[in-house]
Amino acid sequence: MANPRTESDPKFISIEGIARRYPAAGGGSTTIFEDLWLPVARGEFVCIIGHSGCGKTSVLNILAGLEEPSDGVVVVDGQAISGPSLDRAVIFQGHALLPWKSVIGNVGYAVSSRWRKAGRAEVEARARRFIDLVGLKGNELKRPAELSGGMRQRVGIARALSIEPKILLMDEPFSALDALTRGTLQDEVRRICKSTGQTVVMITHDVDEAIYLADKIVLMTNGPEAMIAEVVENPLPMERARDSIHREEDYYAVRNHLVDFLVSRSRTFKTEMPAGYDRRHPPVVRLGRQPKPEPAPANTIPFPAIAHARD
Amino acid sequence: MKSLGVRAGLLSVLMFVAFCALWQIAVTPSASSGPALDPEYAKLMGIATEGAKSAMPGPLDVAGKLWDNLKRPFYDNGPNDKGLGLQLLYSIGRVFIGYGLAVLVAVPIGFLIGMSPLAYRALDPFIQVLKPISPLAWMPLALYTIKDSSLSAIFVIFICSVWPMLINTAFGVGAVRKEWLNVARTLEVGPWRRAFTVILPAAAPTILTGMRISIGIAWLVIVAAEMLVGGTGIGYFVWNEWNNLSIANVIVGILLIGVVGMALDLILARLQKRVTFPE
Repeated sequence: MANPRTESDPKFISIEGIARRYPAAGGGSTTIFEDLWLPVARGEFVCIIGHSGCGKTSVLNILAGLEEPSDGVVVVDGQAISGPSLDRAVIFQGHALLPWKSVIGNVGYAVSSRWRKAGRAEVEARARRFIDLVGLKGNELKRPAELSGGMRQRVGIARALSIEPKILLMDEPFSALDALTRGTLQDEVRRICKSTGQTVVMITHDVDEAIYLADKIVLMTNGPEAMIAEVVENPLPMERARDSIHREEDYYAVRNHLVDFLVSRSRTFKTEMPAGYDRRHPPVVRLGRQPKPEPAPANTIPFPAIAHARD
Repeated sequence: MKSLGVRAGLLSVLMFVAFCALWQIAVTPSASSGPALDPEYAKLMGIATEGAKSAMPGPLDVAGKLWDNLKRPFYDNGPNDKGLGLQLLYSIGRVFIGYGLAVLVAVPIGFLIGMSPLAYRALDPFIQVLKPISPLAWMPLALYTIKDSSLSAIFVIFICSVWPMLINTAFGVGAVRKEWLNVARTLEVGPWRRAFTVILPAAAPTILTGMRISIGIAWLVIVAAEMLVGGTGIGYFVWNEWNNLSIANVIVGILLIGVVGMALDLILARLQKRVTFPE
């Protein structure tokens, strides 16, 4: 597959100066984050990573339209968003299936919401297609309570994909699953998203998950007053497999960079802000051997040494 | 060992037999005890006092009376002599009308209250004050305004059934999980469709709990209300048989009140089971 990033629209999603503030206990307000800027290209898989409390779930909810930003706008495909939309499907952390509906009922509910005039047979056929896609054929008539955690999350994925959203938003979708199930589901999400060129924004706090799935990894500093420290471009090849990913040349460079960030720099970033840091254009960092280091531009990130910043 | 159900059943039968035996012994006249009734009074009432028979009927008397009543449940020999089935139908009819009206009022209003935290807060003090009022306390007011005893009884049933349903519906609707509502929001589901496809099924178990509490209260209250307003119904039957000093009939009435109450509760329990979803 050609690199989708060069195909089109580097600002398919454009987060423009959003803020999230809560009224504080003794008057005034607590700022979780403010003046947050981030572009996401069409077909890109972006993971937002950061500690609890940095507001990453708020960012996702604002993208979904479930929360209003206290400031700023989000532009999707050239239009400022207002409220939730069928164009942006959400996979919730807890599967959020309707427990009184069967598997096909849950997926069908989404399908019939998307295509209001579709006939019953049409809706069912479509729901079945997506249930097959996530590997749940034969479980159509089961209720969520009869399914394992992994299967429920699969239904959630089928429901989100069945409405053919422009953007898929995921809020730590696999965090409640055991490691084995999580791995299988990551494989499937990657396969499906890559084969359809789906644009995805996903929240996670799992470094390995981010490295395996993402094209770009957005690092958020600790809240309150969190900010985007940098956007790490994933240097691993498109064709990657979960079982051999740790043998990829640049794997440890990325992993160490992310872990270092989460362990220390997420805390200290604000005090040790790199020269020339611009909230509107968070520095893009490419790790690993390519491209070859050039004479340092103005806003090079000092750590790690191989990091190369560009606008 | 047999299953728990069979053993429990056997034990129930055993308890029943033991209870009946004790009952029989208690009412059997003994040689030492004097006549249970004052002979003068008995003569006045036209009851034979020979053998010093207790006025309290034994289980066999009650069984006999029950059989008599069940044999011809629907006869109607004028205002004070109607079949027991007919009386029960009157009571059940009143309960259904009053209770049905209460469902029609309480569920939609409860729905609205549950959707609006403002309405919930604003109406809460009224509901809290009105809820603990004994429904019979409304009776004089009902009789004065409605001027019809039968309608007043229905009103009393209505007023006692409304509160549990109202409160439970509002609570169930207000407690619908945020994530389910968010699912509906991200799917751009309109308010009506959301009410019927997400909120109603999610709140249904709680609503049914309210309905089940209400039918129990309504059945308790109808007996008392009918004793007050008179005329027809199982409550009136029990009171009338007391006036006739037919204790056996009173016991038959009590028994049937219990059986019908249980049946009503079972019907709603069945409904409740149907709308309850495992999580």
